[in-house]
Amino acid sequence: MARGKYRIVHYLNQFFAQIGGEEKANTPPLIKEGAVGPGIPLQQVLGEEGEIVATVFCGDNYFAENIETARAQVVEYVSSYTPDVFVAGPAFAAGRYGIACADSCSAVREKLGIPVVTAMYQENPALDIYRKDAYIIPTAGSVLGMKDAIPKMAALVRKLGLGQTVGTPEEEGYFPRGIRVNQFVDQTGAERAVDMLLSKLKGEPFQTEYLMPTFERIPPSPAIKDLASTTIALVTSGGIVPLGNPDRIEAASASKFAEYNIAGIDDLTADAYQTCHGGYDPTYANEDPDRVLPLDAMRILEKSGTIGRLHDLYYITVGNATSVANAQKFGRDIAERLKATDVGGVILTST
Amino acid sequence: MRLELGIIRVSDVQFGRETMVKNGTLYVNKDELIALALQDERLSEADVELARPGEEVRIIPVKDVIEPRVKVNGSGELFPGMVGKMGTVGSGRTNVLKGAAVVSVGRIIGFQEGIIDMAGPAAQYSPFSQTNNVALVLQPVEGLPKQAHEEAVRFAGLRAAVYLGKAGKEVDPDEVETYELSPVSDATLPRVAYVYTLLSEGLLHDTYLYGTDAKRPLPTLIHPNEVMDGAIVSGNCVSACDKHTTYHHLNNPVIKELYRRHGRDLNFVGIITTNLNVTLADKERASDYASKLVKLIAAEGAIITEEGFGNPDTDLMMLCKKIEEYGIKTVLITDEYAGRDGASQSLADAVPNADAVVSVGNANEVITLPPLKRVIGELKSAEVIAGGFVGSLTSGGGLNVEIQTIMGSTCQLGLGNLTARGY
Repeated sequence: MARGKYRIVHYLNQFFAQIGGEEKANTPPLIKEGAVGPGIPLQQVLGEEGEIVATVFCGDNYFAENIETARAQVVEYVSSYTPDVFVAGPAFAAGRYGIACADSCSAVREKLGIPVVTAMYQENPALDIYRKDAYIIPTAGSVLGMKDAIPKMAALVRKLGLGQTVGTPEEEGYFPRGIRVNQFVDQTGAERAVDMLLSKLKGEPFQTEYLMPTFERIPPSPAIKDLASTTIALVTSGGIVPLGNPDRIEAASASKFAEYNIAGIDDLTADAYQTCHGGYDPTYANEDPDRVLPLDAMRILEKSGTIGRLHDLYYITVGNATSVANAQKFGRDIAERLKATDVGGVILTST
Repeated sequence: MRLELGIIRVSDVQFGRETMVKNGTLYVNKDELIALALQDERLSEADVELARPGEEVRIIPVKDVIEPRVKVNGSGELFPGMVGKMGTVGSGRTNVLKGAAVVSVGRIIGFQEGIIDMAGPAAQYSPFSQTNNVALVLQPVEGLPKQAHEEAVRFAGLRAAVYLGKAGKEVDPDEVETYELSPVSDATLPRVAYVYTLLSEGLLHDTYLYGTDAKRPLPTLIHPNEVMDGAIVSGNCVSACDKHTTYHHLNNPVIKELYRRHGRDLNFVGIITTNLNVTLADKERASDYASKLVKLIAAEGAIITEEGFGNPDTDLMMLCKKIEEYGIKTVLITDEYAGRDGASQSLADAVPNADAVVSVGNANEVITLPPLKRVIGELKSAEVIAGGFVGSLTSGGGLNVEIQTIMGSTCQLGLGNLTARGY
C-alpha cells in the first residue's frame, strides 16, 4: 500500500516564528499553515517523505504566564492538523522557550498520543523537568548551534514519522529519558555478571546496566511540642482495608491509595478488616489488623489525653513492588488532603 | 569434593503403568504419585497433569519447580535435612532428569505465586516453558493455616521429585558433567567469590539450607557442589519473577559460569550464603559477617545475587558497600521495579559503590497473554497474585499482567537473557 507523507506540526516562539522580539513575547498561541523559520531547513532535510503541515507559535511570556491556557490552545491547534509527529524548537539555552517547547510536547503526547521531539542545551532548566516526556535532542547553548541541531532533529522525526523503532539514547543521540525498557540479549545475566566482574578486576572499561539513582532524603519534621492538643492521623503502606477490599487496591504494584472513615471504631477486628498486601503472610494481619494499623493503641492514647484526637480518616496503600514514582505521588496527594484538615502529626506504618 | 552429574535427557513426559525413563520419555504412574502426595494428611486432594513445551497450557498459581534427581552413589541423600537424611551432599554421582520438572500448583497460599505458559508470548520469559512438567495440583484440608499449607505443598513437591528421580537411577546418562574445584596453579588469575543471598524474611518468605531455616545461621561457606546437589531448597511465596525455585538453586547459573571459567579466566574460591532478614540489626549482622568471610577467603572480586526485591535491596547494597570497602570488587545481579511505564527509579535502596550492576529486567512491565486451551490450576488467581491487578483477567481467558507474575522471568541468578535498558 502506498503511504502518504507523514504529517508534522512544529512549535516555535515569537522570535523564531518571525513576528517579533521581546515586545511580542505576550502573543497568545496562533497557528499558520506550512513551515516557518527553523521549520524551513528542517523541511529541507526531511525531504519528500514528511511534511510540516503547520506551525504553531506563541510568545514566551504568554506561555510562561498562562501555562494552562496556552498548553490547551496549543493542543487544540495541533490536533486540528492531525499530525503523526510533533516537533518543537530548538530552544537552545532559552529558559522560557525551553519550558514552552517541552511543555507543549508533554501535553501533545499525553492528549494526542503522538510522538514528540524537541531540542535544547543540556543546562536548559526544562530538560530535567520534561526529560521523561519527550525525545530531547542536545544542542549548543545558542542559535549558532542551529545548523547542527536541525539534521539531528530531522533524523529522529523521520524515524518516528515512518513508525520505525527508536533505539537507545546512545544510538539516536537524545538525552536519556530514564525510561526502562525490557529486551532480550544474547548472553545470560550470569554470563554478563562474570564478564563485568573480570573487566572490573582488570581495570578495563565496563558498562553497568543500571546507574544508581539518587535518593531524595526527607528530613524529619521537628518534634510536636504539644501532643495533647494535636490531631494525629494514621497512614499505612501495609494494606489494611475494610473486608473485601472495596477499592481493589492491588496486592503489589499499587496504582492507588484509599481513605476510610474510622470514626467511632475502637478496634480493628477480623470480621470487618483485612490486609490486601501481597508482600507478606497475611495470617497475623488478618487475625488482628491493629497489628499493622494500630487503631486500638491510638484510641487508648486518645482517651488518656496523650494525643489531642485521632483523625477520622486513615489512608492506605500497598508498598509492595510499588514504584517510587507512584509512592511519591500518593504521598503528595495524601499530604495535601491532610494539610486541609487540623492534622498536626502522622504515624506512618509499613510492613 | 568431586561431583558427577549424569545428565539423562528427557524430551517428553507421558502417563504410564510404571514410572520410568525410556528413550528420552519420562513415564509417570499417576496413581502412585497421587498416593505419595496424599501421605500428608494436611492435603485433601491431589491430581497430576502433564504439560509439555509448545502446548497451549497455562499453569497457575505455581509455587515451586523442582528438578527430579537421584543420588546414584556418594554421601547424603537428595534434599538433605528436608526429605533426605542428613548428610553432606556434593560428591559421588547424581543422575538428573534434565528437561523434566515437578511443578507444584493448587489453591493460592499467599499472593506471590506465578504463571507458567507453555506457549505464547510468556513462554520466552520462563525457563519452565521449556521443561516437560509434571504438575502436582494440591488442595489443603479446610482450615489449614497458611504456613502448614506451604510446608505440606513444599514437601509434596520434593517427595515427587525424589520419586520421579529414582526412575533415572539405573539409566545410562547421555552425558556426564564433572565438577571439582581443583586448585588453580596460575596465581595471576583473580580470586572470585560468590555471595549468595537467600530470602529469609519469614511469613512465607523462607529458604532452607540443609533443612535449617536460613534466617537463623550466620553467613557461612558452602562448596558449590553442595548447592548443585540439593543442599538449598526454596520455601518461598515471593513474587514469581524473582524468587529462586528449588530448580534454580540446583541449576544456579552463576555457579555454572564461575565453574566454566575456573582455572582459565579466574579462580573460583567459594560461595558464601547469607540471609535476607527483616530487621536492621539482622541486616547489619549478616552483611558484616558475609563481607568478612569474603575477605577471609582472600577474594579479590565477588558476584552478589539478590532474591526478592524492596526490603532485600537494602541487604544487597549493604553487602556491596562493605565488600567494596575491603577493596574487593563487586558485581550485583538485580531486577528492577521501574513502574509499568518504566519511568520510576528501580530500586528501594542504592549506594554509590554499586557501580557494576547486571539488570535482569523491569518486573513491572505489562504483558498481554492470549487465552490458552488448557489451564492447570485456577485462572481466577491471576487478579490477586503479585503483579496482577483488577482487570488482569480478560473475558476470553486472556491475561493482562506484569511480567512479575511469570515464573523466573527476572531471575536474579541470571538464568535468563532479559535485561532493561534506559531509553
